[in-house]
Amino acid sequence: MAKVYDAGVKDYRDTYWMPDYIPLETDILACFKITPQDGVPREEVAAAVAAESSTGTWTTVWTDLLTDLDHYKGRCYAIEDVPGDDTCFYAFVAYPIDLFEEGSVVNVMTSLVGNVFGFKALRALRLEDIRVPIAYVMTCNGPPQGIQVERDILNKYGRPLLGCTIKPKLGLSAKNYGRACYEGLRGGLDFTKDDENINSQPFMRWRARFDFVQEAIEKAETETGERKGHYLNVTAPTFDEMMKRAEYAKEIGSPIIMHDYITGGWTANTGLAQWCQDNGMLLHIHRAMHAVLDRNPHHGIHFRVLAKILRLSGGDHLHSGTVVGKLEGDRAATLGWIDIMRDSFIKEDRSRGIFFDQDWGAMPGVIPVASGGIHVWHMPALVNIFGDDSCLQFGGGTLGHPWGNAAGAAANRVAVEACVEARNTGRELEKEGKDILQSAAKHSPELAIAMETWKEIKFEFDTVDKIDVAHK
Amino acid sequence: MQDYISSLSNTESRKFETFSYLPAMNTEQTRQQIQYIVDKGWNPSIEHTEPEHAYGSYWYMWKLPMFGETDVDAILTELENCHTAHPGNHVRLLGLDNFAQCAGTSMVIYRGKTV
Repeated sequence: MAKVYDAGVKDYRDTYWMPDYIPLETDILACFKITPQDGVPREEVAAAVAAESSTGTWTTVWTDLLTDLDHYKGRCYAIEDVPGDDTCFYAFVAYPIDLFEEGSVVNVMTSLVGNVFGFKALRALRLEDIRVPIAYVMTCNGPPQGIQVERDILNKYGRPLLGCTIKPKLGLSAKNYGRACYEGLRGGLDFTKDDENINSQPFMRWRARFDFVQEAIEKAETETGERKGHYLNVTAPTFDEMMKRAEYAKEIGSPIIMHDYITGGWTANTGLAQWCQDNGMLLHIHRAMHAVLDRNPHHGIHFRVLAKILRLSGGDHLHSGTVVGKLEGDRAATLGWIDIMRDSFIKEDRSRGIFFDQDWGAMPGVIPVASGGIHVWHMPALVNIFGDDSCLQFGGGTLGHPWGNAAGAAANRVAVEACVEARNTGRELEKEGKDILQSAAKHSPELAIAMETWKEIKFEFDTVDKIDVAHK
Repeated sequence: MQDYISSLSNTESRKFETFSYLPAMNTEQTRQQIQYIVDKGWNPSIEHTEPEHAYGSYWYMWKLPMFGETDVDAILTELENCHTAHPGNHVRLLGLDNFAQCAGTSMVIYRGKTV
C-alpha cells in the first residue's frame, strides 16, 4: 500500500535501525566506532550515522515518497560494546550496492565518511573497517601490475625488495640527487625513492631530476647486471601536470613512478593507476596525511580502510608502517592490514582489528613498504614480520653509513640476503638475528661497520592507536 | 673509511640477484635451500645461461621443471648434471609456485665467470 506524506521530524531509528536485517552479499558493510553525546541512545545515534551516510536527512521530505527508500537506505543492523572502553560502541551499517557508482572509491567514501563525521549528536566517529563485496571489487581497476608481475618485470624472487629514500628530503640539486641514487643502486639496492614532498620545487625541477636519476639507474644496472628503479614522484598540482610527468617518466624508460594518494586525491590516483596499467608502469604509493586520519583511536578512518581504498583505487606499493621503526604501528594490527593489502581472501579476526571477511577475488595484491627509522639491526625482525612480498626501505639507514651510501646499500643487501638464507634453513630470525648478522658481517666490512654505527638506536615508545581489548 | 669497489670494468661487480651478495653456498647449504623449496610445495626448475646474457628474463631451461620432485638428492644431481654439461654457465635453481604463477624463489647455485 502506498505511503502517505507526513511532514515533521521522525526518530532516525524508526527508519534506519534494523536489528533483524541480514546483510546481503552485495552490500557494502561498515563498522563505525561511535562516541555519542551524553544522553543520546545508542540505537538512535547509530541509526543517524546510517541515515546521514546514505539517504537520510534531519526531516521528512515529500520527495522521499518518489522513490523506494527501503531499497536505497543504509541500515544499522548491529551494535556492540567496544572492549575496554565505555565511552563508545561499534555500529555495523549495511549499504546497498546500488548507492554507489561503479569503480569509484571517491563515491563510496564521500558517502561513508562525508557529512556524517560532523554530525552534532556525535562527539567522535571512526570508520574502523569496511567490507567491499566482490561484486563491487570487480568494478574497480585495482593495482596496475600486482606483486607477481612486478617480480617478473624486475627479476626479483624469493626475498624482500630493498629501497632507500633519498635524503635530505628537500634542497638537493638534480645532479647531486642523481648521485645519491646512483650510489645506492650500485651498492645493491633495487630501488631508490623520491621523498613525498619532492615534487618540482625551484631547487630541483621535476624534469632535471627525472633525467639525472634515469642516467643513475642505467649506469647502476650496467655496473651490477641487475634491474633497478627509482620511484619518480609525479604528484603534482593538477591532474594534467601529473600526467605530463608520468608520460615523461615512461618515455625515458623508468619502470616505476610514485604518487601520494591522500594529498593527491583518489580521483587522481585512480586515473593514474589505470594509466599505469595501460602503459606497463609500476606505481609506488605514499600515504602522506594518513596519520591525520588514522591515528586517533576515536575519530577518523582506520588505516586498514585506507589500505582497502588504495587497493581498489590502484597501486603496486603502499607504505604500511614498520612495527619496529620510528613511526606508529601496532604489530597485530599491522599484520592485519598487510594481509589486507596482499592476500586474496582475509577472514574476520578481531585480534587483528579485522571486522569482516574480505574477498578480493582475482584483484592483484599490493606490496607493503616498510619505511621510517629502520636500519640493519631491524632486518631480522622486518624479514620475519613482512616476509618476501614486501619492500624494505632504509633512508638514513643507507645514506647514514659512515662510508657513504654505496656501502650502506651493500650492508643492507648482505643483511637481507643473510636473513632470507637463514630463514629458509628454518632458523628463527628474531631470536637468532644477532648471530645471523654477525656471521654475514665476516664477509662484508660494509655490514660490520653499519652494525657498529647503529647498535644503540632503538625506538621504544608506546603505540597510541592499539587494538581494542578489554583492559580492566 | 673504505672505498666501495665496483665499476664497469671490474667484472666482479656483476651480480645475479638473490644471494649474489653472499659467498657461494657449499653443498650442505644448497641442500638446505632445496629442502626449503620442497617444503614450500614449489616445483624445482633448473635454468642456465652464458654470464654475458644473464640480464634477460629467459635463461635456457635444463630439461623440464621437476614437477612433483621432492627428493633433495635428485634435484642436487640434476644441478650437477646441468653444470657438467655447461661448465662456464650460471646455473640457477627456481622454485615455481603454480598458485602465484610466479617463481617463489630463484638462486644461482653454480656461478659462471661474470663479464
